[in-house]
Amino acid sequence: MYVAVKGGEQAIDAAHDWLAEERRGDVAVPELSVAQIREQMALAVNRVMAEGSLYDPDLAALAIKQARGDLIEAIFLIRAYRTTLPRFGSAQPVETGQMACDRRISATFKDAPGGQVLGPTFDYTHRLIDFALAAEGEPPVAREGEANAEAMPRVTGMLGRDGLIQQEAPSDEAPPDLTRTPLEFPATRPLRLQALTRGDEGFVLSMAYSTQRGYGRNHPFVGELRIGAVPVEMEIPELGFAVEIGEVVLTECETVNQFIGSKTEPPQFTRGYGLVFGQTERKAISMALVDRALRCEELGEDNLGAPAQDEEFVIAHSDNIQATGFLEHIKLPHYVDFQAELELVRKLRSEAMAEHREAAE
Amino acid sequence: MGTLAQAKPAALAKAVGALGALPDFTWMRRPEAGGVMVPGRMGGTGAAFNLGEITVTRCALKLASGEVGHAYVQGRDKAHAGRAALCDALMQTGRADEVKRLVLAPLDAARAEARRARAARAAATKVEFFTLVRGEDA
Repeated sequence: MYVAVKGGEQAIDAAHDWLAEERRGDVAVPELSVAQIREQMALAVNRVMAEGSLYDPDLAALAIKQARGDLIEAIFLIRAYRTTLPRFGSAQPVETGQMACDRRISATFKDAPGGQVLGPTFDYTHRLIDFALAAEGEPPVAREGEANAEAMPRVTGMLGRDGLIQQEAPSDEAPPDLTRTPLEFPATRPLRLQALTRGDEGFVLSMAYSTQRGYGRNHPFVGELRIGAVPVEMEIPELGFAVEIGEVVLTECETVNQFIGSKTEPPQFTRGYGLVFGQTERKAISMALVDRALRCEELGEDNLGAPAQDEEFVIAHSDNIQATGFLEHIKLPHYVDFQAELELVRKLRSEAMAEHREAAE
Repeated sequence: MGTLAQAKPAALAKAVGALGALPDFTWMRRPEAGGVMVPGRMGGTGAAFNLGEITVTRCALKLASGEVGHAYVQGRDKAHAGRAALCDALMQTGRADEVKRLVLAPLDAARAEARRARAARAAATKVEFFTLVRGEDA
């Protein structure tokens, strides 16, 4: 018979000491600095900031170091830290139209004003391992071009001028915050977008992919994808006016999807939206596809029962910290629970065997 | 205040060093780190939704001569917030021109140069399309 016991403190301490030693690895190899992770593992840092829902590159780099490169563990550390911060307030919504773009492409208009700016992309690389990176050396110097202050208007704005795409209704209403109020279903689009932008990249990617493969198909074009820095402005209570308090790099994806129309409105394109902290392109495109899929009923489409059209399914399972917490807790001691199951199965077996014997007699 | 908030902590520390002797002050609010929620807009132009938080450090101080300086700066660097608030207070004193010249101007220049360098690199990756004339159009 099992009973609940206390113990394991020394084992836990020893495990954590060993963890620290393993984290460091071979001491003959130089130790990684937080700045090295921030600068050279920047996309991992971006993912941790996006899913940790806290933009702070140094902190994310430190969390990656502490987590030995386990990004979900690092995101967990960031989320836990975030809860300790007093909330000073809310900034004004970022103006992505004013973004200083490192990258801006459109898959719908070759000659979009402002042009197709590739930026520092993996696209068009051959995905061959570059053994030169294993040797130390200076990187090539990036080329500089003639930067003119040509505006990069939104592609959806251009379509909107002709009424070819649904307008987003502007509103100055303060959005709901799922970090302050527990999520309830049905949720609203602002809550869905908040959940998606901090959702697990792999999960959101798979949901988006499922729509492309036919489970709630909505035929997206990437109208525009832009990556760059935008200022963050906040109204300072002591001053009574808004000032810039910082800057964030964002990835924004707007999809242009197939049409709806009605008796009053001729057919027009619909849209999906993705906006994510950092250079996080795969996630932003995925978010836009899933956003669009979740709007099916609002846009008067048939809900085909596809997973990506099911708000509760998507939003309740998109958070990797909730998921990992519930999943991983089952490895912790369940001795008493299991004892009950063990008793039960023994009882069932003895009853079944007794019946079997009676039937045989 | 935007320039001060956007400055790299090391650059602001160096610029403030150039100011020489700094006035005495008392804290009205000691530097504290917190979070600010940043919203985005649906479709870039529509209703707001919450994107995530940024770390921010804020403080307020009062110079011996009475001027009050505030700072809200991104990140968790308390000394950086203190320097920003001190510059904000000094901007209301007779040393405003000195602060503009020795602190704000170099920081603005550094930021403009950083922006220019990124924009130039982006411009080098702009696609120049050339169209192939097809047979039937020739």
